[in-house]
Amino acid sequence: MSGVRLLVGTKKGAFVLTSDGKRKKWDISGPQFAGWEIYHVKGSPVDPNRLYASQCSGWFGQIIQRSNDGGKTWEQPGTPPGEPVTTPEGMPKGESNKFVYDTSPKTGKPLTTHLWYDGTPHPWEFKRVWHLEPSLTDPNTVYAGVEDAALFRSSDGGKTWQELAGLRGHGSGSKWQPGAGGLGLHTILLDPSNPARMFIAISAAGVFRTDDAGKTWRPANRGLRSEFMPEPTAEVGHCVHRIAMHPSRPNMLFMQKHWDVMRSDDAGESWREVSGNLPTDFGFPIEVHAHEPETIYVVPIKSDSEHYPLDGRLRVYRSRKGGNEWEALTKGLPQRDCYVNVLRDAMAVDSLDSCGVYFGTTGGQVYGSADAGDSWAPIVRDLPAVLSVEAQTLA
Amino acid sequence: MIRVVLPPHLRTLACVGGEVELEVKGPVTVGSVLDAIEVRYPMLRGTIRDHVTQRRRPFVRFFACEQDVSHEPPDAPLPEAVAAGAEPFLVVGAIAGG
Repeated sequence: MSGVRLLVGTKKGAFVLTSDGKRKKWDISGPQFAGWEIYHVKGSPVDPNRLYASQCSGWFGQIIQRSNDGGKTWEQPGTPPGEPVTTPEGMPKGESNKFVYDTSPKTGKPLTTHLWYDGTPHPWEFKRVWHLEPSLTDPNTVYAGVEDAALFRSSDGGKTWQELAGLRGHGSGSKWQPGAGGLGLHTILLDPSNPARMFIAISAAGVFRTDDAGKTWRPANRGLRSEFMPEPTAEVGHCVHRIAMHPSRPNMLFMQKHWDVMRSDDAGESWREVSGNLPTDFGFPIEVHAHEPETIYVVPIKSDSEHYPLDGRLRVYRSRKGGNEWEALTKGLPQRDCYVNVLRDAMAVDSLDSCGVYFGTTGGQVYGSADAGDSWAPIVRDLPAVLSVEAQTLA
Repeated sequence: MIRVVLPPHLRTLACVGGEVELEVKGPVTVGSVLDAIEVRYPMLRGTIRDHVTQRRRPFVRFFACEQDVSHEPPDAPLPEAVAAGAEPFLVVGAIAGG
């Protein structure tokens, strides 16, 4: 029987929400990793029971966790519980939390500086993993987007990580600047039709594309305009909040920028604004319907300094035409006194026949719709602030 | 044996409860105790000090015999009571909200 599993990362742990295909009744399990920030949890498309989680804290740094049973049990890759923690030679095994920028002369790039908030140079410092993107074909290969912005890859199930240094070494890194949440690489889109192509997005640098599996990168920000920049249409420096793609149309991309909702029909070569009749075009997540490549969802937020819904009304907006024409989806969502935010990785869709749409809020609610957004209901109301939501459709 | 008290989150990661006991070869210093912790519990590498620079993470402190030894050089000897196992070496998470 079909079902859905939601992987929810929060400020104080991870939760797994499961339901059958009707999506009426949900089982809530957790918290896993209680007390830690869980920026992201995501499952392998090849093996849905293989999950990766980014666990971090301001005190103790970054931990990578892995599950092979859909989130029931977890291990730090390389040091499974009960097994010796050293090799027979006495060497430590646990390297899964080691994210070190590649500065080697052969494969790496020198660590230079990026821009600090005040425009002064600031040294590159690893802080945390914002986003984990498992490979479309291999459950042991997974990408990690980190702060300060860089892309790492593991091909051994998360035991060891290597930077794809061509991105940070693109040459524009000295102009990248942190958004309010930090200089994070938060989006990784893998092109299902072309294994050598992927897109990433950084706040606040913009979108970059590789066509050679991550060796070299180029900015893909033509058409973006950001008034906070000295040169509003510059090649890099844009605060892109999230990009999304439907797997059947990998050249068609949608973007929620700091302000503006944007669309590209040429794999990021150029972008045009599709904010249309949105009441405000500031926001964080953007998501695409599982079966309708031009049906997209955003959650408009009042402004960059007032991170809550306009007029205290929590509204998801849906466009069935790939932007410009939007309708408010309000049934079942609070329409007064609501002042939560929805963060960039906190929206997801399932792929059941009637597409399910889900999002989590900084107030700890996770809302779900089993009818593509026409109506909503809270799945759980009182979790810690939600950082991320991923949906798995289970056979 | 050196006695070490880890903060609760690191005990969870290392799958240990209460104090841990470690053998330290050579002089007992902040650096040698941390080395021993990381060899015995490799999942803690990077959680107390940086992987590369070996600098203490900013919100982590070290105490021994009611003294703050967080800022001692890595090769500075710890008190004899710690070296003899009479007193524990404490790894403490700073009180910093959360």
